[in-house]
Amino acid sequence: MSATPLLQIARLTKSFGTNQVLKSVDLNVAAGEVVTVIGPSGGGKTTLLRCVNFLEAYDGGSIKIDGREVGYVDNAGGRKRGEIDLAAMRAETGIVFQSFNLFPHLTAEQNIMLGLRQVRKKPLKEAQDIARHWLDRVGLAHKTKSLPSELSGGQQQRVGIARAVAMDPKILLLDEITSALDPELVNEVLDVVRQLASDGMTMLIVTHEIAFARDASHRIVFVADGVVSAQGKPDALMGEVAHNERLRNFLSRFSATAH
Amino acid sequence: MQELIDAIIYAIPYLMGGLGMTLLVSLITVAMSLVIGVVLGVGLIYGPWPLRWVIRLLTDCIRGIPILVLIFAVYYGLPPLGLNLSSFWSAVLALTLFKTAQVIEYTRGAVSSIPRGQMEAAKSIGLIFSKRLRYVIFPQAMRRFLPPWLNGVTDAVKGSALVSLLGVVDLMQAINQVIGRTYEPMPLYVLGALIYFAINYSLSSMSKLLERRYAYIKE
Repeated sequence: MSATPLLQIARLTKSFGTNQVLKSVDLNVAAGEVVTVIGPSGGGKTTLLRCVNFLEAYDGGSIKIDGREVGYVDNAGGRKRGEIDLAAMRAETGIVFQSFNLFPHLTAEQNIMLGLRQVRKKPLKEAQDIARHWLDRVGLAHKTKSLPSELSGGQQQRVGIARAVAMDPKILLLDEITSALDPELVNEVLDVVRQLASDGMTMLIVTHEIAFARDASHRIVFVADGVVSAQGKPDALMGEVAHNERLRNFLSRFSATAH
Repeated sequence: MQELIDAIIYAIPYLMGGLGMTLLVSLITVAMSLVIGVVLGVGLIYGPWPLRWVIRLLTDCIRGIPILVLIFAVYYGLPPLGLNLSSFWSAVLALTLFKTAQVIEYTRGAVSSIPRGQMEAAKSIGLIFSKRLRYVIFPQAMRRFLPPWLNGVTDAVKGSALVSLLGVVDLMQAINQVIGRTYEPMPLYVLGALIYFAINYSLSSMSKLLERRYAYIKE
């Protein structure tokens, strides 16, 4: 692991009205690291992820990617970055959404090519090659010309992953990407994520798939009540259960299904 | 019968001149209201609150006034303010204001029907605002925008007949002028109705083709 973490989050706060969702989150992610965020619903996991690419503007603290403050020119609550600067920063962080959010008027291939053409300014041929490469990687080489409405949920989500990684982001954010899927489609999506992890992609993952979190990530972070309540290597974290009641209560709900 | 045909043949050259004016007024109204209305419609959704408030006020006022009142208000109301427009431009301005208020509403309805996740996905791949609209939001909004807007185009053609009240010689006014000479209203009004119908029927046929073009987009 390199000396300076790729992603540095310090004392992060975020409120929606009077509801303070993030109270003070500290979290670093090193290049090549796969970090999974678990925790109870409403605990701020998704909000944390959405702050990292500034889909939500945070109120206080700091988020830095490669040493640059995300979203703000200097510090939180100050002047926001201009449209072009902000867009360029967002292009460096890929995100995959719970509800896929594919562009319904574009084919699988075009969904991936849009960012490559309009943001990365790739020539048509190159953009198409990259799109097809990634569709092949997620097992959809035969679906390049399909519209999202012609794909299953699992296939749509795999296109969603391909769209994000094709932009060659520094960090990939996965926001409960299997929550909207039928159970039998979950694994085809998680398999793609496992492959990306073994390729060395830096990832920050929010998931309810505890078993997946345990075997696919380098570190698990337990977020509850707007703070990082516990974190560590998967095995070590599970060992902390004895000292952390919130973590114990949270995990006990999964013990019936965990192996 | 022969008299009827003679009356029509006599009228045709005058009516064609009027028809040209009707089409010109409609075209300018539709084109200007489209551009201004879409821009303000986008401002109404994504703009800062003072802008949204001003646009909201503007559209609510315009839509609450009968178009006829609006035409006279522009024609008689602007000169005292130091703005002297010809009757042609007064009429076009009033029709455009009226139409713009409608286009703002169509745009707002169509754009805000697109799920929020689409804008977020477009942001996340690094598209700037104008490209998010152009490549992600507008192509999807088109499907909902077109049907009411195309209806509105035929309304604009029909509504343009009101410019005759300011003395602009459009199709309606040309008909009135011919009747003023021949004292035979029936054949001329029937002929005028047929011409308006022919324009609008071909417009709505074209609009059905256009709508089909966007029918493939499903959410």
